[in-house]
Amino acid sequence: MNDIIEALDASVRSVCGKYGADDEALRRTDGWNPSLWSALESIGVTTLSVPEEYGGSGGDVVTAVAVLEVLGEYAAAVPFAETALLAGRLLAGCGVQVPPGPLAAIVAGPELQVQPTVGGVQMSGVARRVPWARAAEHLVVLAEDQVILLRRAEGLVAQGTNIAGEPRDDVAFDCTVPAERVYWLRGEPQRVLREQRLRTTLARAALIAGAARRALELTVAYAGEREQFGRPIKKFQAVQQHLAAMAGEVLLTKIAVEAAAVAVDTDSGAEVAVAAAKTVAGQAAGLVASLAHQIHGALGYTEEHPLRHSTTRLWAWRDEAGNEAACSAVLDQHVLAAGKGGLWPLISGAAYVPVPTKESR
Amino acid sequence: MDLWNLRPVTLPAELETLRRDIRAFLGAELAAGRFTPRCDQWLGGWDASFSRRLGERGWIGMAFPEQYGGRQAGALARFVVTEELLAAGAPVAAHWIADRQTGPGLLRFGTEEQKHTYLPGIARGERFFAVGLSEPDTGSDLASVRTRATRVVDGWRLSGTKVWTSGAHHAQTLVVLARTAAPAADRHAGLGQFIIDLPHPAVQIRPIRLLTGEHHFNEVVLDEVFVPDARVLGEPGDGWHQVTHELAMERSGPERILSTFPLLAVATESLAAAGRLGERCALGSVVARLWALRQMSLAVAGRLEAGGVPAVEAAAVKDLGTRFENTVIDCVRMLTQVEPDPGATDELPRMLAEAVLHSPGFTLRGGTNEILRGVIARQLGVR
Ligand SMILES: Cc1cc2nc3c(=O)[nH]c(=O)nc-3n(C[C@H](O)[C@H](O)[C@H](O)COP(=O)(O)OP(=O)(O)OC[C@H]3O[C@@H](n4cnc5c(N)ncnc54)[C@H](O)[C@@H]3O)c2cc1C
Repeated sequence: MNDIIEALDASVRSVCGKYGADDEALRRTDGWNPSLWSALESIGVTTLSVPEEYGGSGGDVVTAVAVLEVLGEYAAAVPFAETALLAGRLLAGCGVQVPPGPLAAIVAGPELQVQPTVGGVQMSGVARRVPWARAAEHLVVLAEDQVILLRRAEGLVAQGTNIAGEPRDDVAFDCTVPAERVYWLRGEPQRVLREQRLRTTLARAALIAGAARRALELTVAYAGEREQFGRPIKKFQAVQQHLAAMAGEVLLTKIAVEAAAVAVDTDSGAEVAVAAAKTVAGQAAGLVASLAHQIHGALGYTEEHPLRHSTTRLWAWRDEAGNEAACSAVLDQHVLAAGKGGLWPLISGAAYVPVPTKESR
Repeated sequence: MDLWNLRPVTLPAELETLRRDIRAFLGAELAAGRFTPRCDQWLGGWDASFSRRLGERGWIGMAFPEQYGGRQAGALARFVVTEELLAAGAPVAAHWIADRQTGPGLLRFGTEEQKHTYLPGIARGERFFAVGLSEPDTGSDLASVRTRATRVVDGWRLSGTKVWTSGAHHAQTLVVLARTAAPAADRHAGLGQFIIDLPHPAVQIRPIRLLTGEHHFNEVVLDEVFVPDARVLGEPGDGWHQVTHELAMERSGPERILSTFPLLAVATESLAAAGRLGERCALGSVVARLWALRQMSLAVAGRLEAGGVPAVEAAAVKDLGTRFENTVIDCVRMLTQVEPDPGATDELPRMLAEAVLHSPGFTLRGGTNEILRGVIARQLGVR
């Protein structure tokens, strides 16, 4: 771990420890945690990976992913990925200053129409299951080669949630956005879209890595406390084997996610790396959640027990931004294109060097 | 839990040059018909001349200092070379044990004279080693070995029986773990490792055939074998420490993931040719895991290069990796629905047969998965 990430990890941890765990506060404030957000803002974390000249605090995707792992561990109810990695970077990609406050990111799909109109664009239609829309001060919409900055009130938010209770809201639009809040992408639109998707998927995988680690830690601790047949259940070999299997998956996910972050930063094999990391994270999420509940017995299946904060998120996040089947299908396409001689270069991340034939030597 | 300090590694650019070199070499070898790609070649592919050609290019014993015939390359350089060899299904069994564990063990624990005697030959791909740890009554519980080493003038006399000794019938040198003192309260004390050059009149080597009929490992009977003091590895009572160190280091390499890679590559080709890829996600999910496991194995190599002793992380790689190798087999079976056939001229049924028939070894050799999970559980503080 480099020094910057190490220091960041420690400070995000301490802030989460202080403001992150109060479930009651979350219920009062509409499914998110504004005090944690302000605390993160005050330590300069909320715009990580957005370049400083556009109002961000700089840093790369690797750094943002390190923060996401911690936030996933603490089940932190804040739109960090959306603000920094997604919306913030979209605005920066147009050369625009990122406004303060939490942001939501939307990619316009077939249900959302964006038409040029006098003095701006006319938006109509709906964006579905937008993460944290109700908490955002601004909504940032990517529509082909344009990025549109809206105040939240310009959309009509219908509240929805994922199975962990995190906001996944539908936002209906029927408004005109003035031209000064409509920006042109500097990069090639297809490429921007692709990178946006990669970061969206990687962010969920990174959160899974953190949540899986927390579920493991809770389970290890519980296995040492709970006694049956006159001894702690951790003394039973079957329980030890479950825990070791969980630890293996958690470590594998962590490494995969962090390696994929490097691939995104360096733009080398990023599509394969992110698809692989999310697939593995999704597999780990299922295994870790089920074994964590198995070992916790009925107690872990209750609302009072904190285990559910991790496991419900594992179940939610594995199906967001592409589940194992969707990500594996992406890999299938790469494998198909690579063929026999290209499979190993695909995995080892090194450019394919064709086998020299006798003639070419 | 310091497991979580493991970090991914980005290979430096010069290693990608090394990778290109070895790929070009392998391509030329293949084009000249000098080897046939197979699964699990680090177990079954004994080819002394192939090893010699690798040695000539400096790709064996790479980590040895120059005075012992090496090039002082780090763990990451060795990682690149080994993963390329394994992915290509090249025959690497002859030098495998010497390159992976005995050589590094000699370098770490051996005397100056032992290093000069053995290391240059290893690096040239000419001197091959076998390792005698397991015995009829000693498997997972390695500290229970009964082979006796009795003190005599100027050396030791060894008697006992070793089993599953890979390659002992080809190797020029055998390293044997034996008891130098009766078991005491500390079961790990009183063990030593001894170096015996082969063939030796007091060492009998008999084949134990794999279920395929292949002659790979052996029963090795030691009958009052004299070993001079100069052929004791390190301190006579230090055997446990030496062996566990070697085992921990050998667990995380790419061979724990890639034994079945040649099969996966061939299956991919066949599915693509039949236009049957992409209709299911099974292959993609296997490739995802392979990609991630390689990153994990590489991360452990990075730790080793930095001088760490990531024994638990290595155990995790081996547990996940060897179970993954079995997943590859099932995935290929389900997707291709080809019948395994060891005699087939077609690569796919032949490699499927090799993989299936070698699969029991994946999760046994080098420490069973049950034992590895025990190692991880201990790190988690539950044992
Ligand atoms: C292909 C191959 C090559 C080999 N090459 C060599 C070699 O070159 N040199 C050498 O010395 N050895 C070699 N071995 C032997 C190998 O190291 C042993 O097979 C291994 O250590 C396991 O020992 P065992 O087979 O006696 O099984 P056992 O230890 O008898 O185990 C039997 C079963 O019991 C389980 N078990 C045992 N103890 C525990 C426990 N405490 N908790 C939970 N479960 C437990 C095991 O996991 C396993 O499932 C080789 C093995 C194979 C398959």
